[in-house]
Amino acid sequence: MSNIESLVEKIKDKFPQAIEEVVCFRDDYTIRVKREHLLEVFRFLKEEPEYGFNFLSDLCGVDYMGREPRFEVVYHLYSMEHKHRLRMKVSLSEEDLTIPSIVSIWRTANWHERECYDLLGIKFSDHPDLRRILTPDGFKDHPLRKDFPLRGRQTMGED
Amino acid sequence: MEAASEMRTETITLNMGPQHPSTHGVLRVILEMEGEVITKATPVMGYLHRGIEKIAENKTYHQFITLTDRLDYTSPFINNLAYVLAVEKLLDLEIPLRAQYIRVMLSEITRIQSHLIWLGTHALDIGAMSPLLYTFREREETLDMFEMVGGARMNQSYFRIGGLAGDLPDGFLEKVKAFCDLLPSRIDGYETLLTENIIWLERTKGVGVISAEEGIELGLSGPCLRGCGVKWDLRKANPYSSYDHFDFEIPTGEKGDSYDRYLVRMEEMRQSNRIVKQVLDKLPSGEINACNPKVVPPLKENVQNNVESLIIHFHLMTEGFEVPKGEAYCSVESSKGELGFYVVSDGSNKPYRIKIRTPSFVNMESLSTMTEGRMMADMVTVIGSIDICLGEIDR
Repeated sequence: MSNIESLVEKIKDKFPQAIEEVVCFRDDYTIRVKREHLLEVFRFLKEEPEYGFNFLSDLCGVDYMGREPRFEVVYHLYSMEHKHRLRMKVSLSEEDLTIPSIVSIWRTANWHERECYDLLGIKFSDHPDLRRILTPDGFKDHPLRKDFPLRGRQTMGED
Repeated sequence: MEAASEMRTETITLNMGPQHPSTHGVLRVILEMEGEVITKATPVMGYLHRGIEKIAENKTYHQFITLTDRLDYTSPFINNLAYVLAVEKLLDLEIPLRAQYIRVMLSEITRIQSHLIWLGTHALDIGAMSPLLYTFREREETLDMFEMVGGARMNQSYFRIGGLAGDLPDGFLEKVKAFCDLLPSRIDGYETLLTENIIWLERTKGVGVISAEEGIELGLSGPCLRGCGVKWDLRKANPYSSYDHFDFEIPTGEKGDSYDRYLVRMEEMRQSNRIVKQVLDKLPSGEINACNPKVVPPLKENVQNNVESLIIHFHLMTEGFEVPKGEAYCSVESSKGELGFYVVSDGSNKPYRIKIRTPSFVNMESLSTMTEGRMMADMVTVIGSIDICLGEIDR
């Protein structure tokens, strides 16, 4: 069953300049990829039949406040044919919170990226419709950031 | 003559919801209409956003279980299961077989229950009133069973990290057996009302069509994707909680329309019933909690008679337990599709981040594709046939 292990090794060989780190925890593989090479690696993972990651299960952001780089975008890929999963990550610093959108690869990323923008303030370049999705339009902050308080009131800005 | 030449058509924008009975909650859809035809449908949600993921970061691992029930409130046990599996993966816990089987049994009864609600309300939306009266009769039975194990009709929070809140009460298995014996004939009954009903056929056949390729691109999962003919079910593809010990089929459709989704769910209820019956036959005796005193609270009688147990219990209830640093993603086949929990632990007693991949949220993305170019009345059919739950869309 360590098929995915050999596949991860192959990605490392194919994109030596793009991969920053590979971690295996509880049999799940996580690959940290550089932002510049994100689209290229993802296209490969989707289109190469051996990998066949045709399904984007999930996309989300994580705020590691106090760490540098502060933010992370996490992608959970799944292959319906091979039934394997892979977690991909991209690190982002607070000063430059932009990452290429992957809507052109998996259309489902559209709403996931909107949610990530809404709750964490990460901007996705070339996104077709980057608007808030869960909080109201006039909302000012990004509530899932660690420095956003758990309680409080906010007067809504003008929409 | 002059009046006729001045006649013109224009696109109108129509708000459907947020307070509309057939949107199954507070969903708003902005419709751009050319006469009766929808040219653009834009869903707007967030009216029920409670910040569950933010709350999770401020609760101990055990405390958060109660909030998972409140995501998709029509299938509470499956939500519990997805969450506890993710935390158990982080803790690397081994769950006793009895607990796994009970989890499977309750998850499948939940699936039946969720599909019963879906069938009743979906049919009601389209104008068939009687199925609701029958499906809610059976749903009442399932709620009685849930009340027996969890003490409440909804939001039971019965699954715990490491196992279950308690063993099954006396008389529960007999009640499940009676229900299982009855259900197939009841499903036949619903089918006589709908499956060949000409009005039902007219309203659902060819309505809300989506192709398999497009569905996968849009992240569609669960009965909606199986309705397009994709034979993908996480219970078979990546079995969890000993689903591989049971025999069942994965029903699929062909055309990806509302009618196929209806047929898939009807068959799924029968298959779930099959699984529950197998659990009844095979259910082993034994422990219902993992052997790990750092996570699982001591037995109630020990707490009452033994001071060490009392201290451990108090500690676990107030401080919780620490979870090794790391991250895990666990997904299960909920009644609506792939329900996944991504849990990040920083080594403390509270989750650092929880992201919930809810099937309704992702399935809703297909709503525009399914409805654009169709009539206004089809919108109601399609929302019903995707089977959304706003509790888990907005979180």
